[in-house]
Amino acid sequence: MKKGVFFYLQLAFTLLICAFLIVPVFMSITAGLTNNYFVGIKSGLTFRWVEQVWGMYSNTIWLTMKIALVTTLVNLCVGVPCAYYLARSRSKLSAFLDECLTLPIAIPGMAIALGLISVYGGITEFRMSWSFILVGHVIFTLPFMVKSVLAVLQSINFRVLEEGAASLGASFWQRFFHVIVPNCKTGIVSGILMTLTLSAGEFNLTWMLHTPLTKTLPVGLADSYASMRLEVSSAYTLIFLGMILPLLIAAQFLNRRPKRSA
Amino acid sequence: MIPALIVSLAFFLLPMAKLVWLSFAKQHGISYWYILTKPMYLSSLWSTFWLSAVVTLASLIIATIVGLFLTRHDFKGKSILVAMLSFPLVFPGVVIGFFVIMLAGRQGLLAELGLALTGERWTLAYSISGLFIGYLYFSIPRVVLTVMGAAEKLDNNLIEAGRSLGANRWQLLRDVTIPALTPGLISSGSICFATSMGAFGTAFTLATNLNVLPMTIYTEFTLNANFAMAAALSLILGFITWVCLTIARRQGGSSLGMGG
Repeated sequence: MKKGVFFYLQLAFTLLICAFLIVPVFMSITAGLTNNYFVGIKSGLTFRWVEQVWGMYSNTIWLTMKIALVTTLVNLCVGVPCAYYLARSRSKLSAFLDECLTLPIAIPGMAIALGLISVYGGITEFRMSWSFILVGHVIFTLPFMVKSVLAVLQSINFRVLEEGAASLGASFWQRFFHVIVPNCKTGIVSGILMTLTLSAGEFNLTWMLHTPLTKTLPVGLADSYASMRLEVSSAYTLIFLGMILPLLIAAQFLNRRPKRSA
Repeated sequence: MIPALIVSLAFFLLPMAKLVWLSFAKQHGISYWYILTKPMYLSSLWSTFWLSAVVTLASLIIATIVGLFLTRHDFKGKSILVAMLSFPLVFPGVVIGFFVIMLAGRQGLLAELGLALTGERWTLAYSISGLFIGYLYFSIPRVVLTVMGAAEKLDNNLIEAGRSLGANRWQLLRDVTIPALTPGLISSGSICFATSMGAFGTAFTLATNLNVLPMTIYTEFTLNANFAMAAALSLILGFITWVCLTIARRQGGSSLGMGG
């Protein structure tokens, strides 16, 4: 196609949109590293703000990592068998379970959080501990894990593989761990990455569920946006981006690799 | 599957059921009557609805232009552009709110621009237009990716045929491309609408005194301690978003609903 005036118009528009998405990211990175944002970048670069954030909020960072990892672990133990079951069975129960697992994507986090508080808010020890947030995160991320494993399972002919293994005398658990799991590795890995990123960035649920002692990173972020100077908020955002960008790049890399043919 | 069933039952279905029960328990669901009759709640519902609708429309238009461009042309650095367009997909709402402050807040880019051009600082961040910018920020990537997916499947022969029949650029767009993209547009549009309706993080950072539905629910719950009303409002919100996502699934869309 000839590159006419329309090409350049569209290119300019696309670049404008990309700038809209990316410029704020860079702005907050630079703001987090400059001495004084009012004066601008000529006031010098510093790690002062990052250190200050680390001093004030490092516990939120550790808690976020802990919750993200445990959520992933729970999702692995619960989600992978569940996806396997959903791929295998066509019963009413499985359809019902499928619907129940998809619903938390559709229901806003606030509603889930309110529900959780209304049922379990009375159990003080549970309410005060980080496992309360964990439960919310599992509910919110489980569908993504199940869907991504299910998608892979549905694209391969796992029944044939399983029958083959069974005819060679493999028990159910042998089949599950040596045939099913290795075959849906890509789905599991992308589910893990998804869970980690979602859990690390979850705010809507967490804000309602958190207590002053169980603050996660996004909750701390909201806190700093409301009460700290711009440089501190930016430095905090910078740390957050540093945490999730590796996950995002890994996910991109995974998607770009040519998928095995079904 | 037993563990999944237990988790889902105990921590999702039971809380939802309790929420329904709570919203009706107080004087036989008087909360719902209040929502329909008191202007405060009704206006919150309407303004959220309109804001989301406008955001959806705007991001559909923007994403169609960008998505079609990116699938039809190959050039250096395209993959970086696509990556840049897809990264914001997972930024949480609070961070997006902060980005809007960076762009259009009191010390933001737009304020500097306004200062340079007209001598006054333009600040949009804390008004409804700030919310609009924020919602656009998380909607655009979602729709662009869907449009690109749909456009890649587009049959190029149809366009060739159309061109050989003498259709010009706009006719091709109107009669061939857009109809082919429609299912994708409907599904991503409804996901986008649902996410905008429920976006709490962005609103929380920006809208200290704006009356959007998630904020209304939050104030009802924390300041007024009106659990029944908060429950009723969030159920209505949940119902709207559920309907949207069902539409999206009918159109074969993947569920990228998250964030905000």
